[in-house]
Amino acid sequence: MKAVHDTWIVFRRYFGRSLANPLYMGVSLVQPVLYLVLFAPILKSLATLPGFPDGGAYNVFVPGLVVQLGLFSVTSGGWGLIAELKAGIVERMRVTPVSRLALLLGRTLRDIAMLMVQAGLIVLFAVPFGLTLHAPGVLLAFVLVALIALLMASASYAAALAIRDENTFGAIVFSATLPLLLLSGVLLPMSLAPDWLRTVAELNPLTYAVDAQRALFANHVGDASVLKGYLVVGLLGLAAVLAAVRSFGRAVA
Amino acid sequence: MAVAGVDLVVGPGEIFGFLGPNGAGKTTTLRMLATLLPPSAGEARVAGWDLRAQPDRVRERIGYVGQQGGTDRGTTARSELSFQAQLYGLGARAAAARASELIAAFELSACADRPIETYSGGQRRRLDIALGLVHRPVLLFLDEPTTGLDPQSRAHMWDEVRGLRQAGTTVFLTTHYLDEADQLCDRIAIIDHGRIVSEGTPDELKGAVAGDVVTLGMRTGNGQRETALGVLRALPFYRDHDQLAQDDHRIRVYVDSGESAMPAILRALNDSNVVVDTVSLSRPTLDHVFLRQTGRSLREEVA
Repeated sequence: MKAVHDTWIVFRRYFGRSLANPLYMGVSLVQPVLYLVLFAPILKSLATLPGFPDGGAYNVFVPGLVVQLGLFSVTSGGWGLIAELKAGIVERMRVTPVSRLALLLGRTLRDIAMLMVQAGLIVLFAVPFGLTLHAPGVLLAFVLVALIALLMASASYAAALAIRDENTFGAIVFSATLPLLLLSGVLLPMSLAPDWLRTVAELNPLTYAVDAQRALFANHVGDASVLKGYLVVGLLGLAAVLAAVRSFGRAVA
Repeated sequence: MAVAGVDLVVGPGEIFGFLGPNGAGKTTTLRMLATLLPPSAGEARVAGWDLRAQPDRVRERIGYVGQQGGTDRGTTARSELSFQAQLYGLGARAAAARASELIAAFELSACADRPIETYSGGQRRRLDIALGLVHRPVLLFLDEPTTGLDPQSRAHMWDEVRGLRQAGTTVFLTTHYLDEADQLCDRIAIIDHGRIVSEGTPDELKGAVAGDVVTLGMRTGNGQRETALGVLRALPFYRDHDQLAQDDHRIRVYVDSGESAMPAILRALNDSNVVVDTVSLSRPTLDHVFLRQTGRSLREEVA
């Protein structure tokens, strides 16, 4: 399969470029680490409140943090794509017989791998604070992390290809991520929210991702929220991939 | 529409140049021929394959170097070359070997393992060309290969291009430099507003402009221009003249054997009381060809 082989080649290049830039990776980890150190302790006193999900403060907070990381670090992929389109880098690759699909999927795969690495580091970092890891749950949680990255990266590329301007793209990403974040219960569980806010949050796909992650980190593998989270993220991910493939195909004919 | 209609044949092993002002449709045509832009109509065989039906076959046999090159400034020449070779289907080891070969051939050994952002303009341009050659294409497209290079790097680049022809590669380049088209290219096509207005070897094109060029600088007000043109037209060796702008204080005439014509011109104008301030004689250049065909000077368009 030429497309698979080409995707692997493209992935290796971009993943190598990302790893060769430890500063970038370090910077994207600063924010979640700060949250973990400066914000999570407050949750400890809230964890006893009625309505707070069980599993302990860190097992409730870290899963949300992983989703947040995906929202912030993976969505920036579109920026890179716009810059490479403008610099003629994509064109230089396009003049070869490489599979067009691979040029997009190789990047997306890089984004998935990067988020897995970053999420892994955050989870390990959180263990000394009091995060507990349970075998099947945490594995399924990481599969979901990969799906979340697939969704975010594809959505980011589709948007970038539609917008084609770094500044506009930045403004849109920024104004879209904050409400998505607040309404997903990443910082504080939505179970503490008033009814109307909870209703609004139910319209936010990230809510399902966060709920599923929390259930998995609590090792409630059979919980209904897990299946729901997988379905919502998986279906939206598929739609986003198709949209990105379509606009990439159109942009690079 | 950037390209209205272009018909041309480029032979194997020649350096073919596309000469025209910015916005004439050079880059658009080149990108269409290099499979980067789908043409809305027409057909082309590139490197033996049908451009629209089998773009991948075309891609295997051509190289394309865009105006901006398209390298990732944060990485090195070696990694870009070996990645590009892998995109063409080479295995990792063969790709690394090919990268080393090109690094040596294009004198990039000194910088090959440094980030590209530290390269000089000439080094960067040589890397761009090397990237277009990783798969040993039979035909290489170069879009404005020397734009922005200093004179020394430019001369160096011309040598590289001649070397490619020596090795049997056909080179199809665009340029808006007259001297580049004249000295580097075996054959050129002049393109303007998306159409080819003239095609041939530089000598053929210049030869088609009859005679030598005499440019007279004078005060052209008060009917002086008309008087002067009347006098010039009556001379036996007069062939033609260019219609320059009204406020241009020059008259440009084409005459047979300019050396002997010039004194006669000055005498005749003097007898008619036309005051000539400056006079110059030149052989026709590609700029005259362009001017004859389009009514505009390429030199002015570029400046």
